[in-house]
Amino acid sequence: MSIIYFLIGCSVLLALIFLAAFFWAQRHGQHDDLYTPSVRILLDEEPESEQKK
Amino acid sequence: MKQGEIKEQTRCYHCGNDCIDERVELDEKVFCCNGCREVYAVLSATGLCNYYSFNDHPGVSREKTGKRFDYLRESSIVKDLVDYSDDQSTIVTFYIPNIHCSSCIWLLEQLNKLNPAIYYSRIDFLRKQIVIRFDNRQASLYDVVVLLDHVGYEPLISLQDVIKKQTTGRKDKLVRKIAVAGFCFGNVMLLSFPEYFGLSGQEEAFKTFFGWLNLAFCLPVVLYSATDYFRSAWTNLKNKVLNIDLPLALGIAVLFGRTAVEVIAHIGPGFADTCCGLVFFLLVGKFVQRKTYYHLSFERDYRSFFPVAVQVMEEHMERSVPLSDIRVGQRILIRNNEIIPADSILLKGDAKIDFSFVTGESVPVSKVLGEVVYAGGRQTGEAIELEVMKPVSQSYLTSLWNNEAFARTQDNRMQTFSGTVSKYFTIVLLAIAFGSFFFWLPFDFHRALSAFTAVLIIACPCALALSTPFTMSAALSILDKNLFYLKNTDVVEQMARIDTIVLDKTGTITIAGGNTIALSGNLSAYEKRLVYSACGNSAHPLSRLICQYLEGARKLNTTAYFELPGRGITAEIDGNSVNVGNERFVKPGPQVNKNAGSTEVHMAINDKYLGYFSISQRYRPGIGAVKDLSPNYNTFLLSGDHGHERAALSEIFDPDFMFFEKSPQDKLDFVKKLQSLGRKVMMIGDGLNDAGALKQSDLGIAITDDVNNFSPGSDAILDGRSLSKLPVFFKFSRDAVRVIYSSFLISLTYNMLGLSYAVSGRLSPLVAAILMPLSTVTIISFTSIAIRLAAKRRSLL
Repeated sequence: MSIIYFLIGCSVLLALIFLAAFFWAQRHGQHDDLYTPSVRILLDEEPESEQKK
Repeated sequence: MKQGEIKEQTRCYHCGNDCIDERVELDEKVFCCNGCREVYAVLSATGLCNYYSFNDHPGVSREKTGKRFDYLRESSIVKDLVDYSDDQSTIVTFYIPNIHCSSCIWLLEQLNKLNPAIYYSRIDFLRKQIVIRFDNRQASLYDVVVLLDHVGYEPLISLQDVIKKQTTGRKDKLVRKIAVAGFCFGNVMLLSFPEYFGLSGQEEAFKTFFGWLNLAFCLPVVLYSATDYFRSAWTNLKNKVLNIDLPLALGIAVLFGRTAVEVIAHIGPGFADTCCGLVFFLLVGKFVQRKTYYHLSFERDYRSFFPVAVQVMEEHMERSVPLSDIRVGQRILIRNNEIIPADSILLKGDAKIDFSFVTGESVPVSKVLGEVVYAGGRQTGEAIELEVMKPVSQSYLTSLWNNEAFARTQDNRMQTFSGTVSKYFTIVLLAIAFGSFFFWLPFDFHRALSAFTAVLIIACPCALALSTPFTMSAALSILDKNLFYLKNTDVVEQMARIDTIVLDKTGTITIAGGNTIALSGNLSAYEKRLVYSACGNSAHPLSRLICQYLEGARKLNTTAYFELPGRGITAEIDGNSVNVGNERFVKPGPQVNKNAGSTEVHMAINDKYLGYFSISQRYRPGIGAVKDLSPNYNTFLLSGDHGHERAALSEIFDPDFMFFEKSPQDKLDFVKKLQSLGRKVMMIGDGLNDAGALKQSDLGIAITDDVNNFSPGSDAILDGRSLSKLPVFFKFSRDAVRVIYSSFLISLTYNMLGLSYAVSGRLSPLVAAILMPLSTVTIISFTSIAIRLAAKRRSLL
């Protein structure tokens, strides 16, 4: 059962990595604008050729 | 009358407005004005017509343009506007009110196709902001702004934004604190479960390991995430104020202390999960409460109303000068639709100045040469030249901001229910805790201590602290859907307490600049000249309106002139006797039924009755709602305008409650006087003249037709279209307060339940671990369901 010590260590380490990733994203302003990218991704580069609407 | 009828109703290809007065065509497409056509021309020339394929009519009407950006050539102004600049590139952020659809995003992010000097442009849709980085060797800030204006997106550049830049930059770490607390809470939960479910003999060894780990996870929560509670509790204690943060801080400290003691002494698992969970939920509550409207500003003052720079005449040369550098004695040039920034003397030109935003007067005022023109007026007509008399900050208008109402801190103005309750709550809580401590002390010190800490843990007012934020933030978003934007959650509670409402007239219950004047009867060109001449002698607002209507007629020689106040004018012009005035004055005999809501001016020339002008202010459609409020609230009307509409308004207001010709300072004093009588006053206004009263009142609401336009500093911004819902908003705010009361009762019940365990000193960590999240979840779900039901009942949803 001593494997539990190792597993818990791994899980905490993994969680810490995610926390660090969140902090990194926060600091680099990834959460500053949560709306515009959702619109931007729907805009095609060249919609003219497709004759949309 | 218009020549020829438009056969079919056509809509402008660019902005979607009906093409009524004008019709411009290009490439078989119809535009309502030249401005719209120009935008299309620019876009089609660069192959950016996809702009029109994402949405129908994505543009915004360009009828009212002609703004000048010359001041952007002035390097001292540019320096204040840009975010960053080196010898190659410049980064600048603009606020563009017109951003409203996906086409806007698409077009504005392709600006580099229109001007290759632009490296990139990025939109933040909710904030309505654009960040542009451009090569400053090939393009200037002026070029960029003109380009934006050319494609129909004029940035709003105001003095306050320039100043605001320097004061921002303080970043809150709430999200980080929540992240840390959430991370620890999740891990601690995982590690606490084995303990709750029971460990078999051979697994006992893990117990200490889990305990130490839990304690380790608690550390960042208490030392980092919860610091605000400790700090706030301490400052409040120092100022001898009891607020909800004290029992919360006590609860967190005791939870952590007991956990540490139990883990270190190997006597139990401690309350690590309750501790982390408490902090996590509390912070989430704080986060929810903080709703921000990125595109609205509640703190605007005169600076954001004034232009950034003014054209100054120096030796027949025009030069843009930043407003702050304007000195007494300088000669400034004000063009059509520009605002006069400082009290000054008219030197040249025909000044017709619209003071509606500043004084509430609904009709533009003519000024003669040498007369003093106060700051804040908007010139309509040709360009005028003025000499500055006083610095910008000391003008008649801006001196209002020196009033103490603007220096006052806003914190103590709004008393919240939870603030009042938590004072008593804290006292009772401490009494019970010490009571149980001293009760057990003679028998067993250990048990006394554990009872004391258990009371503090279980009675920690987590649910109480969460009920207000969750209820109010739900209420806020419901009101937001109804075009009523509140500054913060306290405003809802404040609104429920209001008993007196003070309204401004011009722009608030009437639509600014919306006078309609109609002529009934036929006048020959000569008769028009006679009437024009008669009215031209009078300073009465109605005469001025008629003169405006008859603009273009030439004046005739007046030989005799009498004005009878409240009745009319009788004049001898070019050998004719002209009577202009109210019906009784002009036309003897029976009176025709009068049209309510409009004022009539009748005319007779040489005793021959010719007809009348009917003049009506356009009231906002929701004006009837104000009448509905009067049984429950005292509604006052406070206007800077003249009292000529008294009759029409007496349908809505009690005649004794209407006051006219009030200066901005009078309005402020009036609100203060009501407050000294113990009234809770709500002020509804729109202009700078109401700014003082808005600030002084218990709840100031700025009403506006376009939330992106300037509105004075206030607690809430109401879209003019939702004025009719005002009574419903009042009812809803009281519903919201009732929901808080009920949720408070629920949380008290939980506390009582837990306390019965706690005072005996036998609180198991499991009970705490279940009770705390359970009460939290109950409160959150109860408040959000109850507030939605209330909104449905008031048909706000």
